[in-house]
Amino acid sequence: MQTLVVIGASLSGLSAARAARAQGFAGRLVIVGAELHPPYDRPPLSKDFLAGRISEADLALSEVDDDLAAEWLLGVKAVRLDTESMTVALSDGRSLAADGVVLATGASARVLPEVDGCSNVFTLRTLDDARALRGQLQPGRKMVVVGAGFIGAETASTARAAGLDVTVIERSAAPLSGALGAEMGAAVAGLHAAGGVDMLCGTSIKSFRILGGSVSHVVLDDGRELPADIVLVGVGGQPNTDWLLGSGIQLGNGVLCDAAGRTNIPSIVAVGDCAAWWNHRLQAHHRVEHWTGALERPALAVAALLQGGTVPRAVHPPYFWSDQYGSRIQFAGHVHGHDRVQVEHGCLEDQSFLAVYYAGDEPVAVLGVNQVRQFTRWRKFLNREAERYADAPAGAFAAAS
Amino acid sequence: MHEACPLSQLAPGDAIRLDTSPPIAVFHTEEGELFAIDDTCTHQDASLADGWVEGCEVECPLHASKFNLRTGGVDAPPAKLPVRVHEVIVQDGTIMVRESEEEPNLPPGVKVDGYV
Repeated sequence: MQTLVVIGASLSGLSAARAARAQGFAGRLVIVGAELHPPYDRPPLSKDFLAGRISEADLALSEVDDDLAAEWLLGVKAVRLDTESMTVALSDGRSLAADGVVLATGASARVLPEVDGCSNVFTLRTLDDARALRGQLQPGRKMVVVGAGFIGAETASTARAAGLDVTVIERSAAPLSGALGAEMGAAVAGLHAAGGVDMLCGTSIKSFRILGGSVSHVVLDDGRELPADIVLVGVGGQPNTDWLLGSGIQLGNGVLCDAAGRTNIPSIVAVGDCAAWWNHRLQAHHRVEHWTGALERPALAVAALLQGGTVPRAVHPPYFWSDQYGSRIQFAGHVHGHDRVQVEHGCLEDQSFLAVYYAGDEPVAVLGVNQVRQFTRWRKFLNREAERYADAPAGAFAAAS
Repeated sequence: MHEACPLSQLAPGDAIRLDTSPPIAVFHTEEGELFAIDDTCTHQDASLADGWVEGCEVECPLHASKFNLRTGGVDAPPAKLPVRVHEVIVQDGTIMVRESEEEPNLPPGVKVDGYV
């Protein structure tokens, strides 16, 4: 392989580039990034960076001594992939011929079309988003957060600490219920109340009142009208895969891959938030949008790309953490398929507990709130359990899709 | 010198966090060795005493950076800077720690006495 092109310059793209060099790739390495910024860490954007505790320089992911010997094309988007000739067309008119391609284009924040473009409506995904929002966090202002996922919940926590009046509107019955399940989502909801944030679950938005290009009120389905100085929309992300439509790469909810990140086209792998890898346990393609996946998985995909054949290492279960109202929330595993949750340490009322999710007798996931040490032990256990699945074939793509 | 705890109260495989400024973690490894390093991961605020020890290495419980307990060096990213290593002395059955005089490498946003 002479030329390896990595499309995407965030954590997963950078990790893929590092893995390629670490695995002995000595050819031409090109990294294409849609944002002008060199790789930066996103998790602090809703926490320490938004709170003003750390600077932009602190977010840098790459080091000056990174010996990647890569060509960086930043502020340039990949607009088309020709899988026959293996060329990538770029937004500046250039095109790159490649022997191998890593797709690491990530995801974009979903928007609400009816208020997109309003001057006081924000999303939080990129450094530019965070810069814009940071300037708005002044004490006494009223913030309405739409969606109680990670971005919504963490931003609510940070804004409340900055002295804003914060209301969170969540359609489902509990915050983070998609990630944690309804039962534990409800347990974690107590953090918001204790933190002084109004959490309105099971509530939908009927409309927005817009005045002079900005939202003045958010109107709920029960008729209530919430005055808003700032609206943060945290309703999830969508994979950046539109540019691949018609390329021959199979797409579903993300780029469909086997259990080692290989797409249906030879010499093209996908990693990070844009990729839906085959999961043996779930028997489905599963898009993992977590930092740890973007850090760890590219090494597997790059090994599959450079060496082919079977992949020796197991994919660890998804792991994520969240810091809200001074509490540390950690989760590992798959919530899918569990039939009960058991609190093994601490208790829910104290906001310090460790809960294990079981499918029958098998532990499939673990949640810790302020239980870092116990959580670490359980996470290690789940990682070892996952190695049992490592012997399963990495998966002919046809069988997996 | 900081007093940690009686040796009898720190079984092999256990670790404790000393409320010094900055905090210090003392590890008693499965192999029976005692080590003391700065407790706060140099990448982001997390207590290494809550981490996972294997051999002579501790893995941060938050983002899996690895530090060598003997040298304080980074064995695995995302951390870039080492933690300080402190001298451990067992005196009359009590674990004592002599704190390094080097400047600690604390993560962005964290000062010796806690958050900025």
